[in-house]
Amino acid sequence: MAFTVSAVHIENLNFHYTKDSGVHFQDFSLSVAEYDRFGLFGPNGAGKSTLMNLMTGILHAQNGSVKLFGTDIQRDHRKSNYRIFGFVPQEFSFYQELSPLENLEFFGAWYGLSAKQTKTVSEELLGVLGLTHVQHKPVGLFSGGMKRRVNLAIGVMHKPRLLFLDEPTVGVDVQTRHAIIDYLRQLNKEGMTLVYTSHQLNEAEDLCENVALIDQGRIIAKDRLDVLCKEYEQEGLEGLFLQLTGKAYRDM
Amino acid sequence: MYKLWATIVKDIRVLTRDKVGLTLMFGMPILLVLVITSIQNSTFELVNNKKMPLLLCNKDTGPSSLQFVQTIEKMGMFEVTPLSSNSNESQLKASMHESEILVSLIIPSDFTDKIKAKASTIAVQALEDSTASSQKPDNSTPLLLFYHPVLDDAFRRSIQGALQSTLQIVEGRETIQTLYASALSKPMPADLEAAILSPSLSIKEIPASRDGSGKIPNATQHNVPAWTLFAMFFIVISLGGSVVKEKQSGSFIRLKTLPTSYHIALVSKQVAYLIVTMLQVFVIFSLGIWVFPLLNLPALVLPSDLAGLAIVSLVCGWAAVSYAICVGVAAGTQEQANGFGAVSIIILSAIGGILVPSFAMPVSFEQVMKLSPLHWGLESYYILFLEQGKTWDLLPKLLPLLLFIGLMQGITWYSLKRKNLI
Repeated sequence: MAFTVSAVHIENLNFHYTKDSGVHFQDFSLSVAEYDRFGLFGPNGAGKSTLMNLMTGILHAQNGSVKLFGTDIQRDHRKSNYRIFGFVPQEFSFYQELSPLENLEFFGAWYGLSAKQTKTVSEELLGVLGLTHVQHKPVGLFSGGMKRRVNLAIGVMHKPRLLFLDEPTVGVDVQTRHAIIDYLRQLNKEGMTLVYTSHQLNEAEDLCENVALIDQGRIIAKDRLDVLCKEYEQEGLEGLFLQLTGKAYRDM
Repeated sequence: MYKLWATIVKDIRVLTRDKVGLTLMFGMPILLVLVITSIQNSTFELVNNKKMPLLLCNKDTGPSSLQFVQTIEKMGMFEVTPLSSNSNESQLKASMHESEILVSLIIPSDFTDKIKAKASTIAVQALEDSTASSQKPDNSTPLLLFYHPVLDDAFRRSIQGALQSTLQIVEGRETIQTLYASALSKPMPADLEAAILSPSLSIKEIPASRDGSGKIPNATQHNVPAWTLFAMFFIVISLGGSVVKEKQSGSFIRLKTLPTSYHIALVSKQVAYLIVTMLQVFVIFSLGIWVFPLLNLPALVLPSDLAGLAIVSLVCGWAAVSYAICVGVAAGTQEQANGFGAVSIIILSAIGGILVPSFAMPVSFEQVMKLSPLHWGLESYYILFLEQGKTWDLLPKLLPLLLFIGLMQGITWYSLKRKNLI
């Protein structure tokens, strides 16, 4: 029997922001297999972004472990561990004053790439994501869709084994969304594990193989999407989502 | 090393695209140094270089008043502008306001008579009748000294002292001549008179600069280093704001997930902005050297110890950058960083002797001013520019600045750690 290592393995995670704030995660466990396209869904305030920040080492948990390919990112804070993954945050995480090429030059160096490697990867990524013609213009002048593509390019430029995406297509048009989803599929085919969160449920259906629904810091369902739909007698993710999390407002 | 290089390049690119920040870092100090130096230069020249204009109305026609006026002119302190002897007090005051002359003098019509009368009385008293009553000074028609109310009190006293000395010289000469003529019935020879009146001891002036040179400090020598220092510390607006902006923006979130320590970013910011502070030194000093003379302002004369100048500029620049980063890390918002940064620099400049020279401050401020890094920076520049000191003379002034840098770096590191940012 072949031994497989999880891309993400969270075990007994406990986290709260401050002593006075409520508990966000208590004894939380989750596994994501290598090569998976894994979707993480839940209503506003369910803890998706907090979980992303814990998985990427931005936040430090009080207890428990978050292992990325066997390395506990919560306990072993060596910066070299951060090469394993890439992160595409919901915010535009680059310098608006710089051009896409200049942003890639800088972030490439911080990923540990050489100048030559950065140049090669930048040319490739700007071409694939349709940004070559604006590579020297300040990103601040770009449309939302172009900025999203720059955001994605920076997250994947070091070709990580694991990619975290926090709402990578929010606020973009249909064309850009399709282009981004197609590119993510291609990356997954090349061996990259994707952990993805979004409120675009139709897009998520299109991309994700396995999903987990979380609410109030707990997993309320986790399986292959088609299995879950069958189990809860729903035709799609949206119906499943509403059935499991209810219709009441969450961010009041 | 490539990471650091790429980060410095990134920081410089971001910096050069911030037009407002560049204006604040270069335009504002250039304007300040030009305006303040021009204003201070006129006052400085009044005190140090130019003769004090004096309106003089001589109502006396005798030789003593003529001697008095000639002695005033020879003294070199005043530039005498004579007025008609018919002028009255109100005309004289009007002339002062019209010409913005600060001092004027009216010599009464009986000036010579009174001096001669005093000399005669003394001669009689000395040679014939020692019981003869000495003439009391008559204050009914004194010399009238008019002064503008803005004139500094100490300066006014020095003018009065100079005029009093001149008066004593004229009186003394008349008394000696009268005594001699009364005793020997012939006029006193000119060489004897000169021998009596000239002092036996001279006063030798020695400049108290470190190299003994007599270079006179001027408004430029004070203002150019002072406002360069202010400009260096004022980068808190740009750098502090940039640190907060990066901290708040998504780019900082990404930086935290990259396999590189944030210390690289901090070192890079220090290098990039240290380059900016050195450019500020270069630009403002160049302005002082080459542009000031074109504006009829005294040119900046660089100190002989250029290595010392480079060291002082580097340490001051590093202190300014360390302070700005510390403010940026501690501040929660850009408004906080900009507001606190600007106000704190103005306060530190005020107590540090940039806005008001430290010698003009109350004694109680002597300990307070030592709290300002700008004070130590300015003192270091003074050693080079005004006292012609050497590198080793700078150490006592640079040590507090180095301690300040250490403190700021420590607080920055602690704040980042406490906020879980590194």
